[in-house]
Amino acid sequence: MDLFEYQARDVFEQHGVPVLGGRIATTPAQARAAAEEIGAKSGGVTVVKAQVKTGGRGKAGGVKVAKSADEAEQYAGQILGMDIKGHTVKTVMIAQGARIAEEYYFSILLDRANRSYLAMCSKEGGMDIEQLAVERPEALAKIAVDPIVGIDEAKAREIVDAAGFPDADKPALINVIRRLWDVYAGEDATLVEVNPLVKTEDGEIIALDGKVSIDGNSAFRHPEHEAFVDHSKTDPLEVLAIERDLNYVKLDGDVGIIGNGAGLVMSTLDVVAYAGEEFTRADGTHPKPANFLDIGGGANAEVMAAGLDIIFEDPQVKAVFVNVFGGITACDAVADGIVQAYAILKGHGKAPKPLVVRLDGNNADKGRQILDEAGLPKLERVDTMDGAARRVAELAAAVA
Amino acid sequence: MAIFLDANSKVIVQGMTGSEGMKHTTRMLASGTQIVGGVNPRKAGEQVAFPGEVTVPVFGGVREAMEATGANVSVIFVPAAFTKAAVIEAVDAGIPLAIVITEGVAVKDTAEFFTYATQSGTTRLIGPNCPGLISPGAANAGIIPADISGPGRIGLVSKSGTLTYQMMFELRDFGFSTAVGIGGDPIIGTTHIDCLEAFQNDPDTDAIVMIGEIGGDAEERAAAYIAEHVTKPVVGYVAGFTAPEGKTMGHAGAIVSGSSGTAQAKKEALEAAGVKVGRTPSETANLMREIMQRLRAG
Repeated sequence: MDLFEYQARDVFEQHGVPVLGGRIATTPAQARAAAEEIGAKSGGVTVVKAQVKTGGRGKAGGVKVAKSADEAEQYAGQILGMDIKGHTVKTVMIAQGARIAEEYYFSILLDRANRSYLAMCSKEGGMDIEQLAVERPEALAKIAVDPIVGIDEAKAREIVDAAGFPDADKPALINVIRRLWDVYAGEDATLVEVNPLVKTEDGEIIALDGKVSIDGNSAFRHPEHEAFVDHSKTDPLEVLAIERDLNYVKLDGDVGIIGNGAGLVMSTLDVVAYAGEEFTRADGTHPKPANFLDIGGGANAEVMAAGLDIIFEDPQVKAVFVNVFGGITACDAVADGIVQAYAILKGHGKAPKPLVVRLDGNNADKGRQILDEAGLPKLERVDTMDGAARRVAELAAAVA
Repeated sequence: MAIFLDANSKVIVQGMTGSEGMKHTTRMLASGTQIVGGVNPRKAGEQVAFPGEVTVPVFGGVREAMEATGANVSVIFVPAAFTKAAVIEAVDAGIPLAIVITEGVAVKDTAEFFTYATQSGTTRLIGPNCPGLISPGAANAGIIPADISGPGRIGLVSKSGTLTYQMMFELRDFGFSTAVGIGGDPIIGTTHIDCLEAFQNDPDTDAIVMIGEIGGDAEERAAAYIAEHVTKPVVGYVAGFTAPEGKTMGHAGAIVSGSSGTAQAKKEALEAAGVKVGRTPSETANLMREIMQRLRAG
């Protein structure tokens, strides 16, 4: 889960990382009020910053320096509602202005390849760090961090030495880096990035921006992270799936997909997309996956019914593919779930969509028998994954 | 022979007395695995009855269980919040192989217990969030159904549980030396490369199926390893060509970030290393079938 910049700023502050004053606003009037308060500490100067979970907002015009509260109000009016790479700006942060002397870069991230953590630091911050890493790799220090030891005094010193900071700046930088480690470890982050980390004209080291990603699997020890969940952005069907504890991702196609196990469902999306290329509608479109939905290992009939119900609810879906290989999951339970989902649909007075079912593995014969005996309308059984994908693509293509 | 697990393996189950632990211990026993004990400090000294007149003793700790039974494998089913403590206990006891089935483990915990296990030098970890491994006909440590496929000479390594089952099903006419589900978390104990190395050195494995998915660069690194070190035929499959950027697809590690971690890049890296990559699981199985038929004929 990625945090908004203002959330990262608050988390930094809680862990003692030096940050400047900032307040969020969702209307120009709120922005003016915030600028009047925040700007008092910086000669009336504030920065109006779009709060979106994507990079490149500066280039898109989503960051503006305001010399007065009037200007802050005016800029907020321009930035709120702006589209930045598909993200609509709903909130701006009014941040205190800073007199920047130098811009640095610092991050801590999960290093999957080495199954460890990596700290990266450069005296040349403020720019695109991926570009710096390619063009001038020697300017970006990369230091491995032992997950058990973390960033202690010695490790922080190693980082600032490797980045080549002047001795006079090192003590303050070491302090900030250790506090950023506290953020990383204390919040179960998988990324803490500060770009830029600045030195002000007064010689202070301040985190002027912040990007923090948090590990969703750590929720059990961080009930406070619930407040970071951005419900406004989520698709309504994704919300319904979360309520039902289903692993669902909405996509932009028209073939509903449901299966058991993340790998098999990902594979099913691919196989349906390939099959879809063979079928072209009059308008030139091809059938494509409408969603990812994993009912998980050992799913029972209720879970299957709840999942299928979500897919039937999706108005974009023209045909549905249930692809189950029963390992722990029993195919007869899956079949019972399909029968239940049809009953729910009937109860709502809705007609079913074309449905192709492939069941294999644990209790496949029983599951197939249940479906055959139920005689559900618009349901077809196909016994191979590739054959079933082809059939569902054909059925979806037949619907205009 | 097989890799990591054979008929002589003596298996204990940490979390055996929980519902998942009970269910899967029953299945492991039914497939002929030597389950020699369970671990639960609150139920130490008890005997747990399983179908077929089998009883399994419960020990208070891993060390005690190993001393009493000679166990050399632990399968861990404890809840995510307690997994780190369970792994550290297993490592401290010096168990050679610990398989972490539990899903939803915080990556910080995995990073710490993986580092701990590596520094100890005594314990190989598999998982977390994995189905474990099976050497069909010999032993089964985890949750892979034992009745999908019998023994044979294909080695299988996969990030995905159900794709493991699917592939074993497709190739059940040839059978497997060992099938290892390594898990799809961002940090895992045993990698594709570890399994490729072990299969390359296993005299009873003739060819290898490698299943990957989006996220990270484990497949690219495995491809480089294959080009350098693996002489046995390898067939590959990668899931997630249609996954959108920035969305986690079920497995915590299955995410395309910017332009990195794509299925296309993984496929190209594998093909550049001489690995044939199937477009679908069935096509992949057919590629392996051709290889095995040629080996049989040869």
